[in-house]
Amino acid sequence: MSIFVDRNTRVVYQGLTGSQGRYYGLLNRDYGTQVVAGTNPRKAGTDVDGVPIFATVAEAAAATGATASCVFIPAPGVRVAVLEAAEAQMELVVVITEGVPAHDEAFLFNKLRRDHPDVRLLGPNCPGIITPGQCNIGITAGHIAKPGGPVGIVSRSGTLTYQALYELQQQDIGVTTCVGIGGDPVPGTSFIDCLAAFEADPETRAVMMIGEIGGSAEEEAAEFIAEHMTKPVAAYIAGVTAPPGKKMGHAGAIVSGGKGTAAAKMEALAAAGARVGQNPTEAGDLMVEIVAGL
Amino acid sequence: MDLFEHQGKDLFARYGLPVPSGEVASSPEDAVAAATRLGLPVVVKAQVHTGGRGKAGGVKLAADLDAVRGHASDILGLDISGHIVRRLWIEEASDIAEEYYASFTLDRSARKHLGMLSAEGGVEIETVAERDPGAIARIHIDPVDGLSQQACRQWVEAARIPEAVADAVAAVLETLYRAYVDADADLVEVNPLIVTSAGEVVLLDSKVTLDGNSTFRHDDYAAYDATQTRDEREQAAHAKGLQYVGLEGSVGVIANGAGLAMSTVDVVNQVGGRPANFLDIGGGANAEVMSNALEVINNDPAVRSILINIFGGITRGEEIANGIIEATRRVDIDSPIVIRLDGTNATEGRELLEPHLSGALTMEPTMLDAARRAVELAGAGPVQP
Repeated sequence: MSIFVDRNTRVVYQGLTGSQGRYYGLLNRDYGTQVVAGTNPRKAGTDVDGVPIFATVAEAAAATGATASCVFIPAPGVRVAVLEAAEAQMELVVVITEGVPAHDEAFLFNKLRRDHPDVRLLGPNCPGIITPGQCNIGITAGHIAKPGGPVGIVSRSGTLTYQALYELQQQDIGVTTCVGIGGDPVPGTSFIDCLAAFEADPETRAVMMIGEIGGSAEEEAAEFIAEHMTKPVAAYIAGVTAPPGKKMGHAGAIVSGGKGTAAAKMEALAAAGARVGQNPTEAGDLMVEIVAGL
Repeated sequence: MDLFEHQGKDLFARYGLPVPSGEVASSPEDAVAAATRLGLPVVVKAQVHTGGRGKAGGVKLAADLDAVRGHASDILGLDISGHIVRRLWIEEASDIAEEYYASFTLDRSARKHLGMLSAEGGVEIETVAERDPGAIARIHIDPVDGLSQQACRQWVEAARIPEAVADAVAAVLETLYRAYVDADADLVEVNPLIVTSAGEVVLLDSKVTLDGNSTFRHDDYAAYDATQTRDEREQAAHAKGLQYVGLEGSVGVIANGAGLAMSTVDVVNQVGGRPANFLDIGGGANAEVMSNALEVINNDPAVRSILINIFGGITRGEEIANGIIEATRRVDIDSPIVIRLDGTNATEGRELLEPHLSGALTMEPTMLDAARRAVELAGAGPVQP
């Protein structure tokens, strides 16, 4: 079992004809992902290394049975691309693109919730999602993840996600699904969405959560963990020593007015019963302990 | 991207919002000339990207030209929370009868826009929020629907704005919301939003932060970007397209990915050191980017050691190793470098680095070990075992 994607997920890549889309789309296919189509209105009828290109997501879905989309369109086109995928009734839309304006993200979130409640948006500005051994959508290096279980991972940070996958692999611990929700102000999928899905997934028996300073998503996740999670959670929050008011890379990672600090988040998570590591290695070690005790 | 008060007011004026007339000045002479054209009295206002100007003596009323000259020379060069005043806004003085507070921002946890309005403006809104939370009326605005006239009017009533000016205030807020959305602002704040004794509603201050991600649909943002406050190091890094934030310590930090870079800064602190910076070189780590990063860090005189923390995902270890080797050839580095290389093909990458290792270039197996070594080399205090 897994969450959101598995070996049956059929993916259309919006922007497969671009350099990034082509590179990662074909890497995903090499991994075993069912990369069934690409879209580009000006290149319909052609193909990218055998993957057929259609003018629209709807046409691609009709011809190939695609159920999910992965967006590698540059930021100015993301709003339209996501709406197109949603109207074509994709179950999952994964937006890798970074640099999407926050107002577009807020618009998309509310538009989808109202008009396309069955569509799950992941990202923007996320590394994607991988169910090791079955399906890898996005830019995660597939070979650093050990298939199986019992750990599910949800993370706001790209490289720290890889770090977590790698450390678990080094300890011979498998992962059911690893979801990178991205560090932007309004992510389509939240920590809570993923925690709820992991809680419901019988093969996931523990969850690793990686957060960052800024916003209150981790605090909300902590509330959810306290009230609804029966499975153990190990957590790590980056940015403990970030100076207030400074943006560090991610648009989301900003602290202001004493809210959203790493200390507040770690405290909330610990109070909710999660085991909180002071650095990624410590969080990995905590997960090893948790898994040993399952 | 933060705007100066006068830039924010220019933006408001483009939407027909009422702002006082004024001129920018960068010397006492300019200030006097501006005041002469505007007519006395004027207010001399420091233009800085930080709050608390009034308390710091950065806003002064001037009744005559001597006072303008005096205030201007006092305020120019003033240090307001680390921001040195280099420009002034000379503005016609307003006759204030009432002071309100108004703002729009994105409420990340509600995933909607948030409008805040209070009849108690002119003071720090945090103070109002603490003393009397009920004095601030909040409205969540769905970005798909926008702010309707009716919802706006109800919001104004909830904020206890006097009936006599409620319609005028509501009209200003509707337009301000449009400006906030059109400009892709992270924040638009007006404190105070005043009513003059003649009963006119005027936006007396502006605090505007724009979303740097929206530059592609705003040609005018390049001009704002040029007036951002950055220290010299940040300016140099920005010019090279690097994600860099200057800090106060002695350990230069280079990492790939914002999360890992932040985490590296944390770990350096945890083992007793002080990071000199946060620097994210992004997913890859080719020689070009690595050289640029090393150059920026090397130019920081406070740096005593450099910690390179790279986790290879898609980018393979040997590419990263070659990037580092090539970069150290291109740039003359003054401080010892400590490398932690992990992830995809880390073994191959480490083998490539092996022959280049010396006192000036060392390698450690883990992030913690590397941080300890870098801190030790920087001589930045006790290193925990």
